[in-house]
Formats: sequence, structure tokens, C-alpha cells
Amino acid sequence: MAGTLFFYTLSAVLIASALGVITARNPVHAVLFLVLSFVTSSVLWLLLEAEFLAVVLVLVYVGAVMVLFLFVVMMLDVNVAQLREGFTRYAWLGAVVAAVLAAELLAIVWWKPDGLPMAATTTPRPADYSNTEMLGTALYTEHLFAFELAAFLLLLAIVAAIVLTMRRRPGLKAQDVSRQVAVRREDRVRLVQMKAEHDT
Amino acid sequence: MMGWLESIWQALSPLSQGVLISTAYIVPVVVVIILCVAYLTLAERKIIGAIQNRIGPNRVGPYGLLQPFADVLKLLLKQVVLPSRSNRFLFLVAPLLSIVPALAAWAVVPLFPGFVIADIDAGLLFVLALTSLGVYGVIIAGWATNSKYALLGAMRSAAQIVAYEIAMGFALVGVLMASRSLNLGAIVEAQAGGFLNWFLVPLFPLFIVYFIAGVAETNRAPFDVAEGESEIVAGFHVEYSGVAFAVFFLAEYANMILISALTAVMFMGGWESPFAGLNLGWLSAPGLHWLAVKVAFFLFCFLWFRATFPRYRYDQIMRLGWKVFIPITIVWIFVEGAMAIMAVGPWSSA
Repeated sequence: MAGTLFFYTLSAVLIASALGVITARNPVHAVLFLVLSFVTSSVLWLLLEAEFLAVVLVLVYVGAVMVLFLFVVMMLDVNVAQLREGFTRYAWLGAVVAAVLAAELLAIVWWKPDGLPMAATTTPRPADYSNTEMLGTALYTEHLFAFELAAFLLLLAIVAAIVLTMRRRPGLKAQDVSRQVAVRREDRVRLVQMKAEHDT
Repeated sequence: MMGWLESIWQALSPLSQGVLISTAYIVPVVVVIILCVAYLTLAERKIIGAIQNRIGPNRVGPYGLLQPFADVLKLLLKQVVLPSRSNRFLFLVAPLLSIVPALAAWAVVPLFPGFVIADIDAGLLFVLALTSLGVYGVIIAGWATNSKYALLGAMRSAAQIVAYEIAMGFALVGVLMASRSLNLGAIVEAQAGGFLNWFLVPLFPLFIVYFIAGVAETNRAPFDVAEGESEIVAGFHVEYSGVAFAVFFLAEYANMILISALTAVMFMGGWESPFAGLNLGWLSAPGLHWLAVKVAFFLFCFLWFRATFPRYRYDQIMRLGWKVFIPITIVWIFVEGAMAIMAVGPWSSA
């Protein structure tokens, strides 16, 4: 009973904040709404006893990715009016994507194709059941190959991102920190011995 | 009397019973943390005073012991000024966003044998997730204030926290490799049996990285560029006054205590005694007193750093985070893998 109430309250918050993401006039507000929807969906996952995924969602998306998002949005000062002009032009594309997503979700919820390990109702697990441990076991034994592939893909993305930003412009002034650190006092300062001057 | 109370207790639903029990756990912990914050501010002024050959506050109460309460009263009675062009809602929500994670993370910290508010298996991840949320208070405050200095402080803080969080996370990967558990209680128990079994010994570089990253994460000197009072006045909280400022202040000190407690739990055996198995009475018994001693030691280090080191330059902070700490942690994780294969240190029993 309390769980159901909790679920519906959180779902309402989630939907409201998701709407906020696309309707907010200020881009910073939109990003903050997105943060709120991540946090609420993480709590919804907790209700499903997926505590590892819930905590990782907060850790990775809210704690790191959205911080960088906010960082960029605050720095860029996006012109919203200019962005809004394109709305009607791209609305059909958005509608198609939304329809496909909705169809996929409905198919899983109602049609339930064979072969999908669907748990429509979760039975509460005993207290010593560790979601984290089960997930780790599954990832590192059964799905090891897919896991390694995903990791390799991420590594590729990192390398690509770094290569894209490593432009060497001629005449660039940069500090060479190891040379800065290697400097000794004798290189820069010279102590001279001189006679004291007398005012006469 | 007792029978009457018991009949009320029986009449409650299991859910409200659970809520009442959790509240009975949470309230004392929060009260003790807030009292610790109050006396940490006094300790900071006294210790830094002693380091700089001054006396420190000694007027309010004996030895200045009532000074924190005088400070709190002063802050509570001050006016809260709202900048006219600021975003009012976010401006007032920001201090709350920084205090809530600092207090909520205590839910999984084991305080003495058998006492932890929420004994969850993903405790280590929970702590990491919550400590990474603290930055939102700073960023939102900096943006909502609508001031150049505040925004600069927020930007610095965001970049700094993202950099140091990675090193912190990798250091904790090392801890969980040694303890084979994400549960903080199990991590403490894995370090039982004297100080030679503490993770401090096999994971020494990770311990150093974790504590320094913790200092950076709490925006304390020498990593306090988000405040940087000599360059950007007071950084993200430049326009905050009265209670709103007091909440930021509380959050900063609560975070210091949290990082100290976590360092003690992860690397110095939490409530375990360093002399376990020596039969020295309370000195060799595990308990809250040992955790308190270790936390006090790390808090002293926080104050000591502040009195000793000049503030880092911004590019030096970034270099230290990305080019020194992260490589150290990654290398040490491989060293740990080698230690696990050769079954030395904490891996010898497995």
C-alpha cells in the first residue's frame, strides 16, 4: 500500500520534471529538471530492488555527467529564442522517435514476447540477497565478451575525444610544468656581495 | 505505564514502527554531528591560533567554550539578504542541497560494533554517490546569485570536483579489492586484529590520494579556490548572509567530519582498536572511542594543512588531480592485483 503510493508520487514527479526539461525557458533550469528526473528514476529503481543500478545512476549521471552539462550550459549562455525557431521544423522527427519508443515500451509491457526474461511482478528477495554481487557475477561470467566489447568502445570514444581536441596550433604559448618544477634558485636569483652604503 | 506504551506500539502498523525506529537512530546521530561541527569551528580557531602563536577565542565562556553558540546566535539573528537579480528559489535551495548529502551519507557509516543506521550492501557506492552530489549546492549557489565572482567560484568548484572524484573513486576500488565487499561494516571487519591489518599498510598510496582528494572535495585549504577570498572575494557564497550562509558553513564542516570518518573507516579500521588482541582493557577493545580518535586526528590534519600551505594555483590543482593522482591510483590497483595473485597482505587468508 505504502509502496504503491510511493511509486505513484515518484512517477508523477518524474513525469513532471521530464516535461520541465523540454518546456523550461532557461537552459540551466532544463538541466536541473533533468537532474531531478534522474534522481527520481533512481529512487524508482530502488523500489524494484535494483539498488546497484540506482546508486550508479546517481553516481555517474547526476554526480559527473550532469555537472559537466551544467558547467557547459552556464558558460555558453544559450540563446533560447534562436533554438525555438527550429521547433516546428524538427517536430515531426521528434514525434516519430517518440512513437517508436512508446511502441517498444508498450510491446514489452502488454505483448510480452517470448524469450524476454520479464519480471512483471517482483517478489521481494530475502534480506541477504545482494543485487550488486549477482550483477557482478552475471557480467564477469555469462556476459564477459559483451562487457569487454562495451569497455573497448568506451576506450575508443575517450581516445577519439582526446584526438579531436588535441590541435597543435603554431605559436601556442603553454607552460612546461616539469621545466618549471626543475628550476632551482641558482638559475633565477644571484646574490651579490656589496659594501654597505653610507649616507654622509 | 510501560504496558500502556507497549499497547500503543503494538497498534502501530509495521511501516510506522519502522519509521519510528529509524528516527530514533537518526536523531542522535545528527545531533552529535551538529555539535561536533560547532566545536570543530572552535577547535579550528584555537588550533590555528596556537600554530600562529595567538590565543584564539577565549572571551565567551571558560576557555571560549561557548563561542560556537555565540556565533550561531549571531548568524541566526542576521538578515538574509536576497540579491535583487538572483533566482530566488534556487538561491535558497542551494544551501540545503549542500547540507543534505553531507548528513545523509552518515546513514551507512558504521559508528561502533553493530551500529549502523542502514546496513546496505552497496554502502561504498552510496557514499560515493552522495559525496558527488554535494557539488550541486556550490554550482547552483554560484549561478543563482547572478554575480561574476560567484559564477567563477562555481565553475572552479565543478571542474575541481569532477577531477578529484575520479581519483577518489579509484582509491575506493582499491579498498573494495582488499575487503571484497561494498558494505562499510564488512570493510571495517576485514581490518580487524591490530594496526598491521589496517588497509593503510598495503594501500598506503591510495590512502594518501584518498585523503588529499577528500580535502579537495570539501573545498578546504589549500584547495579552496572556489572560495578564494583573495581573488574572488568569497566565491560561490559571496552574496549569502545570515542563516543561508550558516547552512553553507555547517555543510562544509559536516563534510570535513564525513571525509575524516570515511578515511578512518576505509583505511584505518574504523572502530577497530590498533592494539586488538593485546588484552589492554578498553585500549584494545573496539568501540566508538577509537573511531572518534581517528576522526579527530584527520580533522586536526585538515586544520594543520590550512595553517601550513598556501593556496594552489588553479592549473596546479588540475595537474595534480589528472596527471598525478589518477595515474597513481591506477598503477596501485595493478599492484594490488599482483599482491592478490601472490597472496600477500589482506589476501593471504583467502
